[in-house]
Amino acid sequence: MERNTLSIVKTILTRVLVYTALMIVAVIVLYPLLWIIGTSFDPINNLGRMGIFPQNPTLKNYVRLIEETKYISWYLNTAYIAFMTMFFSVLLNTLTAFVFARFDFKGKKAGLLSVMLLQMFPSFMGLTAIYMIALNFGMLDNLNMLVIIYVAGSIPTNVWLVKGNLMNLPKSIDEAAYIDGASKLQVFIRILMPLSRPIISFIALTSFIMPWMDFMLPRFLIKSADNQTLAVGLFFMTDTRSPTADLTAFCAGAVLIAVPIATLYMICQRFLITGLAAGANKGE
Amino acid sequence: MKIIAAICSAVVWGSGQFINKQKLKGLVFFLIQGVLLFIELSTGTLNVLRGVSEANFRNCGYFTKGLWGLITLGEIPRLDSSTLVYDHSIMLMIGGIISTVTLLLFSLVWIWNIRDAYLSRAEIEQGETTSSIGYVKKLWKNSFEYIMITPGALLVLFVSVIPVLFSVLVAFTNYNASTIPPRNLVDWTGFKTFADIVRIPIWGSTFIRVLTWNVVWAFLATFTAYGFGLLVAVLINAKGIRFKSVWRGIYILPWAMPALLSMLTFKQMFNSAGVFNRLLMSAGFINAPISFLGETNWARTVLILVNMWLSFPFFMALISAAMTAISPELYEAVEMDGGTGLHKFRYISLPTILTATAPMIVMNVAANFNNFGAVYFLTSGGPLDPRYQMAGTTDLLISWIFKLTLDFRMYNIAAAVSILIFIMIATVSGFNLMRTRSFKGD
Repeated sequence: MERNTLSIVKTILTRVLVYTALMIVAVIVLYPLLWIIGTSFDPINNLGRMGIFPQNPTLKNYVRLIEETKYISWYLNTAYIAFMTMFFSVLLNTLTAFVFARFDFKGKKAGLLSVMLLQMFPSFMGLTAIYMIALNFGMLDNLNMLVIIYVAGSIPTNVWLVKGNLMNLPKSIDEAAYIDGASKLQVFIRILMPLSRPIISFIALTSFIMPWMDFMLPRFLIKSADNQTLAVGLFFMTDTRSPTADLTAFCAGAVLIAVPIATLYMICQRFLITGLAAGANKGE
Repeated sequence: MKIIAAICSAVVWGSGQFINKQKLKGLVFFLIQGVLLFIELSTGTLNVLRGVSEANFRNCGYFTKGLWGLITLGEIPRLDSSTLVYDHSIMLMIGGIISTVTLLLFSLVWIWNIRDAYLSRAEIEQGETTSSIGYVKKLWKNSFEYIMITPGALLVLFVSVIPVLFSVLVAFTNYNASTIPPRNLVDWTGFKTFADIVRIPIWGSTFIRVLTWNVVWAFLATFTAYGFGLLVAVLINAKGIRFKSVWRGIYILPWAMPALLSMLTFKQMFNSAGVFNRLLMSAGFINAPISFLGETNWARTVLILVNMWLSFPFFMALISAAMTAISPELYEAVEMDGGTGLHKFRYISLPTILTATAPMIVMNVAANFNNFGAVYFLTSGGPLDPRYQMAGTTDLLISWIFKLTLDFRMYNIAAAVSILIFIMIATVSGFNLMRTRSFKGD
């Protein structure tokens, strides 16, 4: 009897402790996010006073962001880059991965290995070269140049990922289709692509999300204010040395990006996590 | 006859194919040579040949000038604005790399064209004939792999390989703040930059200091985030906890939030005038604001904490998934043997979770090793320390390279450090890669 009471007390105590811990973690997680939201409604641009609950909340930061900055065109530019990158990255990576997964040819292993090694090279020095290449081909201050670089940059990881996934599909499927007279491309498009839908969605999603917050490339390759992207535009709003510094507008801008992107993440979280885990196993 | 066809094609591309009566194919090869000659002639060589411009390499076409530029890195600096003819070493170097790579691609086509003329002739002599159309069909069938990877390969070549080649080559020059072109010429200096890093104490000691913190950071950042993620996952999955999906939904938010925005926000919150200092002061913990980002130990702590905030949700989700995969029978077996909850965790959950997530841990350490964003957007590498040459005490190698390149223009040092980092990372990942099934599989 006494033993029973003791264990009940113990259980209750454990639960109280666990719930308290969960609450503390929730506060830690939510506080910075609420701070951004609070500040985005703060009428006064003063870091020393900003908090979760601004006095006299107002929408004027959002109005200023849209009317006085080029936020809308940054948004549209970034969206354009994101969609183009997603499309071409999926097309090119799946096709290349298909070839690497299914055919044997001279230079295959060397090709895979060198692509893998290549992406380990720290790339800031390369920025100068990319800048000069863009200059040479008249692609400076051009959104398509960014798309090209993002697609090229996505090749190493994504080819490995899709290749690993395709190798898990039995080759007998292809062989049956070849016997029925299908061509290589038909096998790829009609049979292997539909079977790889999860991994394709994963690379589509990651290549869509990546350009939204990439800072370095647009910072150096985009010169005109009209072609600017969100990451660069918002960064300079937080830089006190910049003439466009405006912390409350930054928070408003951050809310307007974070809401759609976070929603997308939340909806797709399950296969984003399995995709990332598969990537760590190099597609195993 | 086989040799003659091959020699003809070697001189005038496609002419061997004409001899072989494969006109369409011949025309294609001929046009490719035409493109090559057109680029070379129209970008200067024609003017040199006609005597319009002075006969020197500088005035030659893209490829000749490129090769000359890559070898010499230019001969005339632009001493002042009255110098009209001058060489820009770095432009010459990049132009040279691009033209070398392009020439290599053209020479592949050239070899193919010679080989084809020879082999087609051999077939004809054996009494077989293949039309150009038939050849295209055969090519599509036999070289499908190469045709399909060509677009990707070209993209990687121009956007990744050329920049890397450039970075590597810069390490072997004296290109830095004291030799900025076009006012100065850059020269090839061999291994001098590497020797300088070893020989000049401040460079060597900065490298070692930055590298040490970099390694500590990579492990600490990963394991604190992993540990916190594990703790939270265990808490959520504890017996009798309700609204599990609500808790999980809240905790996943930092992962869903774009990291750049979170980091820029934290930078403001950790400011001396920022909200954390105000909260601590009003709670009476401190009397004067702490300079979170201005003092080495604080700045490093803040980096680790912010990284924990950013990265624990992913590990939490990953570990939760691994936990649900554990069969309840295993736990029952522990209970039968009289084990406690702690035993279950120690002997069942933990080993399973660690095995399932080990590759993710390895990848995360590697990613954190080069986690430029965290450092650049939060501390910018600061605070500064006189013992560090052109670096701050929270700088990682990658952000140090960034500063060397873009702030201090010590391009050759930055390039040499890049090569050193590359060698380190490539060695470690090389070993790792060789062991994965996906690579062994073929």
